[in-house]
Amino acid sequence: MDFLNDPINFIANWMRGLLTGWGLADGLATVIIYIVGIVVLILFAMTLDIFLVWVERKVVARFQDRLGPNRIGPFGIIQPFADIIKLIIKEDITPLGADKLLYNIGPVLAIASVIILWAILPLSSRIFGVDLNVGVLYLVAAGALGTLSIIIGGWASNNKYALLGAFRMVANMVSYEIPMVVVLLVPSILANSMSVQGITQAQSGIWFALLSPLAMLIFLVSAIAELGRSPFDLNEAESEIVAGFHIEYTGMKFGLFYAGELLHAFTFGGFLAVLFFGGYGGFFGLEKIGFFSWLNNPFVQMVVFLAKAMLGYWVIMWIKYSMPRIRIDHMLEFNWKFLTPLALVVLVNTAILSKLLENLPAWGYNLGMFFSNILIAIITIGILRRYGRKQRQLQAKLHPASLANKEQAV
Amino acid sequence: MTADKVVFILCAFLIVSSALMVVTTRKLIHAALWLVAALFGVAILFVLLQAAFLAVVQVVVYIGAIAILFIFAVMLTRREMLDKGTQTRSSWWLPALIGALILGGLVLMIASQPDFARTATTIPAGVDTLRNLGTALVSPNEYVLPFEVASILMLAALIGAVYVASSDKK
Repeated sequence: MDFLNDPINFIANWMRGLLTGWGLADGLATVIIYIVGIVVLILFAMTLDIFLVWVERKVVARFQDRLGPNRIGPFGIIQPFADIIKLIIKEDITPLGADKLLYNIGPVLAIASVIILWAILPLSSRIFGVDLNVGVLYLVAAGALGTLSIIIGGWASNNKYALLGAFRMVANMVSYEIPMVVVLLVPSILANSMSVQGITQAQSGIWFALLSPLAMLIFLVSAIAELGRSPFDLNEAESEIVAGFHIEYTGMKFGLFYAGELLHAFTFGGFLAVLFFGGYGGFFGLEKIGFFSWLNNPFVQMVVFLAKAMLGYWVIMWIKYSMPRIRIDHMLEFNWKFLTPLALVVLVNTAILSKLLENLPAWGYNLGMFFSNILIAIITIGILRRYGRKQRQLQAKLHPASLANKEQAV
Repeated sequence: MTADKVVFILCAFLIVSSALMVVTTRKLIHAALWLVAALFGVAILFVLLQAAFLAVVQVVVYIGAIAILFIFAVMLTRREMLDKGTQTRSSWWLPALIGALILGGLVLMIASQPDFARTATTIPAGVDTLRNLGTALVSPNEYVLPFEVASILMLAALIGAVYVASSDKK
């Protein structure tokens, strides 16, 4: 066992030898090693988070035809540190009538709900926190804590805009959790496993995004909704409720919400890569050829994973900065009348086909899955087109608009 | 004392004290949040028993759905829902006595079971508990009937909720 092929176990064994050499009990040494591991993982995530601030600002600037931060350091890369110093030295204000304890718990919970996701994020085949056999459900459970943090923050601020933001967040989360849970079952069925390592390894031949592109798209949409990013950023809609749930937070408490959101977006980019784009692997069998065996190195895998996660994060940013915010009734309608039924259809289709095509060779299975998805997509677009035409005819027939709405209600 | 026991005692303390806070705290929203803490403690208990699936489902269903609905309902109320009067009645000793008796009876009954002193067996490495649970729920020799009955009950509840909530009732 050497450092390059199994770094975590190498360091853990070295530390265990060191600690037991000092006369510590083996159990205590294990606890200490675990704690060190957790701290290192969190530090890695948080350090990455600092640079995500810079990435986000730079990318949004490019999308909006600006330059972005470019004064401090090369390409403005030191800018986040200046931001942090500014956030720390700002006055910390607790609004009058706020629930002090809950007000302070809110931001902590917001970032904690993201960091616990890193426990199951498979950075490579040998570098990961833990491989739960219910990893996919764990993702949903962590999302519940994120909702809780926003509710707590919004309620404890004693501010009507903050409370409105919290309300909207609940409506958003409670509805978009459903297509997300349903669609998370699709990779689980395809991989015959709910652990993220199992799902990653099942994609060494072909990415699940190619087997079930619809599931990938639904996951992306519901992930953006869960993140509360545009076009689903109703919980902090600047033009309506100022800043939503974090309106009263100042200094580093606001910073924690902001950092949590960025890291959350990156983490979901990572999960998009893990669930649908092969995670750290997924080289279409290339790594089995002797010449490309270096692709199995944990550090190479980690670079591949981070690159894929960054790409997912970039797509999320791309959508955020090019889409206007949708209205709350449209958001709920889109979820309940479109996304949830579609997710259920995709799930049932995947479940039935995975049994029907079980005995076929791999290419038959893959093609069957892919074309069934395309068929569902074509039917969906057909239904949407008919519905849209009917709506337009209704609008064209009746004027003024108030009458048209009345007609719709009947 | 093993590490498991330490975690169990801490966790039991968390559950019992949060449950106490649920009924004694004066702010309704604090009660709901203490309930979240208690439910989270139960999830830790499931983890200690190596039932990862139940632990995660506990968090998803109870914290992610039920507790959040509680909190949402509390937030929709106009006032702060502060309880100002005394929290006990003059006859508080009677339910306390009954509760203590029931608890004592339950403890005695469980302690008299032959399996009481048994420690949890560790699950062997090759066994996939999740897969076993899944097959048990749908295999005809085991729990398929209760499972389907529960599904039908939930479907009925869902239809009922839609009917109650629909606005065009005559």
